[in-house]
Amino acid sequence: MDIGAPQDVPLRGARRITTAGGDIAVFRAGDGAIFALRDLCPHKKGPLSQGIVHGHSVTCPLHGWVIDLASGSPTGSDAGKACTPTVPVLIENGRIFIPVAS
Amino acid sequence: MARPKEQLVVIGNGMAGCRAIEEVLKRDPDRYEITVFGAEPRVNYDRIMLSPVLAGEKRFEDIILNDIGWYREHAITLHAGRAVTAIDREQRLVHADGGLAAAYDQLILATGSDPVRLPLPGIELPGVVTFRDLDDVEAMTAAAAKGGRAVVIGGGLLGLEAAAGLAKQGMGVTVVHLMDVLMERQLDSAASFLLGRALAERGVETIVGAQSQAVVAEDGKIAGLRLQDGRLLPCDLLVMAVGIRPNAALAAAAGLVVNRGVVVDDRMRTSDPSIHAVGECIEHRGATYGLVAPIWDMCRVAAQALTDEPTAGFSPPAIGTRLKVTGVDVFSAGEFNGGDGYEDLVFRDAGRGVYRRVVLKGGKVAGTVLFGEAADGPWYLDLMRSGAEIADIRPTLVFGQAISESLRGVDPKAAVAAMADTAEICGCNGVCKGAITGAIAAQSLDSLDGVRAVTKASASCGSCTPLVEQLLALTLGDGFRQATGPKPMCKCTHHTHETVRARIVGEALKSIPEVMQVLEWTTPDGCASCRPALNYYLLCAWPGEYLDDQQSRFINERVHANIQKDGTYSVVPRMWGGITTAAELRAIADVADRFAVPMVKVTGGQRIDLFGIKKEDLPAVWEILGKAGMVSGHAYGKALRTVKTCVGSEWCRFGTQDSTGLGVKLERATWGTWTPHKFKMAVSGCPRNCAEATIKDFGIVCVDSGYELHVGGNGGIHVRVTDLLAKVATEEEAMEWAFAFMQLYREEARYLERTAPWIERVGLGFVKEQLEDDTARQAFAARFLHSQTFSQSDPWAERVQGVEAHEFRPLASTMAAE
Repeated sequence: MDIGAPQDVPLRGARRITTAGGDIAVFRAGDGAIFALRDLCPHKKGPLSQGIVHGHSVTCPLHGWVIDLASGSPTGSDAGKACTPTVPVLIENGRIFIPVAS
Repeated sequence: MARPKEQLVVIGNGMAGCRAIEEVLKRDPDRYEITVFGAEPRVNYDRIMLSPVLAGEKRFEDIILNDIGWYREHAITLHAGRAVTAIDREQRLVHADGGLAAAYDQLILATGSDPVRLPLPGIELPGVVTFRDLDDVEAMTAAAAKGGRAVVIGGGLLGLEAAAGLAKQGMGVTVVHLMDVLMERQLDSAASFLLGRALAERGVETIVGAQSQAVVAEDGKIAGLRLQDGRLLPCDLLVMAVGIRPNAALAAAAGLVVNRGVVVDDRMRTSDPSIHAVGECIEHRGATYGLVAPIWDMCRVAAQALTDEPTAGFSPPAIGTRLKVTGVDVFSAGEFNGGDGYEDLVFRDAGRGVYRRVVLKGGKVAGTVLFGEAADGPWYLDLMRSGAEIADIRPTLVFGQAISESLRGVDPKAAVAAMADTAEICGCNGVCKGAITGAIAAQSLDSLDGVRAVTKASASCGSCTPLVEQLLALTLGDGFRQATGPKPMCKCTHHTHETVRARIVGEALKSIPEVMQVLEWTTPDGCASCRPALNYYLLCAWPGEYLDDQQSRFINERVHANIQKDGTYSVVPRMWGGITTAAELRAIADVADRFAVPMVKVTGGQRIDLFGIKKEDLPAVWEILGKAGMVSGHAYGKALRTVKTCVGSEWCRFGTQDSTGLGVKLERATWGTWTPHKFKMAVSGCPRNCAEATIKDFGIVCVDSGYELHVGGNGGIHVRVTDLLAKVATEEEAMEWAFAFMQLYREEARYLERTAPWIERVGLGFVKEQLEDDTARQAFAARFLHSQTFSQSDPWAERVQGVEAHEFRPLASTMAAE
């Protein structure tokens, strides 16, 4: 599904995709890299799309867990705990695609 | 008797076409009789060097690659200025302007690319040019000779080179770039910031995140460029440098498979086996190319195929990019675009304006961005291409080749021991090993801070701290214990909050990237801890000037509501001094009904909280509240929260002053301000203190003779009763003290430090000392009121009007719209 152009996602920010199977968070890191994760922190299901994006990480708005955007795994003192499922992203011709039926 | 030569026709007399011919001649000089068609009426020249020609640093003669002698020497027929009009694949004939035709056995397409022209109104006006060939450069040079202003659309490699060239020719130049980062395909935001600054020094202004709307004409001539935000940039010349499009029209007309470019396989063969294609016109495995290095590879592969030499095929190599602007040293290579397990090594040297970032993946170099000092670029590129393991040089990798290679594979301690006394340890302050070990011995230093104080080694960017510590350990043996210095702001810097704030003000630093560069941050864009702090410090230091960075704010302050554990939000409208009206309550009831609000609760700050609001409903909720005259209560912010009051002399039989009236005045004057942490006030009408003013950040207790002013109270985890700051006689004085105290707190406290721990840390004496002097206090109050002139617009009303609309809408949805 074509969800939009990279510049529709704020730099160092995120946007949500609402799907029947739950929200997906699409991130654009400071270097322009695009990532997508389920919009759920593995800790208490906080919406990661609402967190602060730094480097290739996002800090959950609820309790400050830092999640690696590429792998979905918590970092720092929470490393090794459960992960957030990642969603594959394809960038082609200036559009972002994720594997969700539209 | 030699067999008759095969006919090789090349369409395109540019860099790719001629390079392909050279590669063929190198392999089999006698096999083909060669004919070249070129649309430009000149010999082959180095298009990459047009930028220096524009800048007046080179002449056309200097950039010719193949002069007419070369064509003669190899008996190549050149049809310059003859555009090919059609390819007849059946007859194997190429038709060109003027009825010219040439038969081929093998054909090479090297038709290059066309500059993209944005479909803006007014684009056809004289004075609008692209930057592609010598004609463009000549048009630009002619325009520059008349002086005036130029606007360049496109802040990529080409656009910036054009801009720098025009500035060098004496024009005032503005670059308009759609993205937030200059050269976003090659640079990160830190390097983009430095580049913007370096260009500004060269007379090129850059505007990022700006969309062009129309070319404005006056008397049939270009007068300026209008941006979508309404700004008009006057100019006499408009250069379009927004990218290139493969020129595949001829191939498409001939029935070859064409997508974005002419589709080729790994051997550069098109869908017709006797036609090859190279250069910017091709599309290989979905990718198109605009840089020269991979194009040289294509030409080699095509020539191998045409001379029956075995070929490994074209596989796009890692390439480095350099910006050709004299005096601006930028290099970039490899990937920055995510995936598993990427790591960053960052080094900044503010003194020299240097930024180096090396991206690692799986213990190997995956990419690099260098600014200000790019000599090591090819070395990193080499490490990338060879996939070299860098574990043994990782600690020094970011410092470059010379240092890394000299220490490769050596035990760090032994390496330090083996360094000569004249070896430089601290590059920032120019301190060599001997000076450090000498100072340790002579002055009996035993700590990092001691060495820093005496020698300045590791006192600037701090990146040589491990080396200095090793020198301490080597010199002192067991006598050295690792000392802990003042606590840095976060892991991205070794500076304290105080240092960062002092330097923001002292050195007039006005943006987050600027602070990060000048203070030598060790991460590319900070973390969730330092970014909100820097955003606040800048906002506090430069009211009205600093542009708030939304992405550096915690979600609550970005959407102006409180996130709850289930991801919904709570909404608290302001009730001045805790007073409300029937109309306000009706609006709140309407919201509760319309949005089926699960809970409506009275808060501790004398107002009403609506829980369980969905993010996308927030603007509609605010619209209803706004129509009833209510504004944001900032219950979500590090900001002025509430001013709690009791009813005071207006109703209460014990009341000594009009505490509600004063509370409303205070709240009206202070709402909207951003503070290091939340800030609560209260006004009690008598010492019975029903408004609990003595556990607030600033509390007023009214007495018969005037107003007692209390500060530093807190009702949180550690309950703290206020300290008495002063006693004043009039409301006006009470207000002035409140403003001055808030400003002192805003300027002095660390981000996320409430007034209670702040006062415990600095002492009440410090606060009194700052505020008791009338002139000083009035100055604080004046600074506060000045900053308030920029902060008192209702963020809810703005968002109802559509500000930051993307925050409240999903980017896409697979569910049916309601």
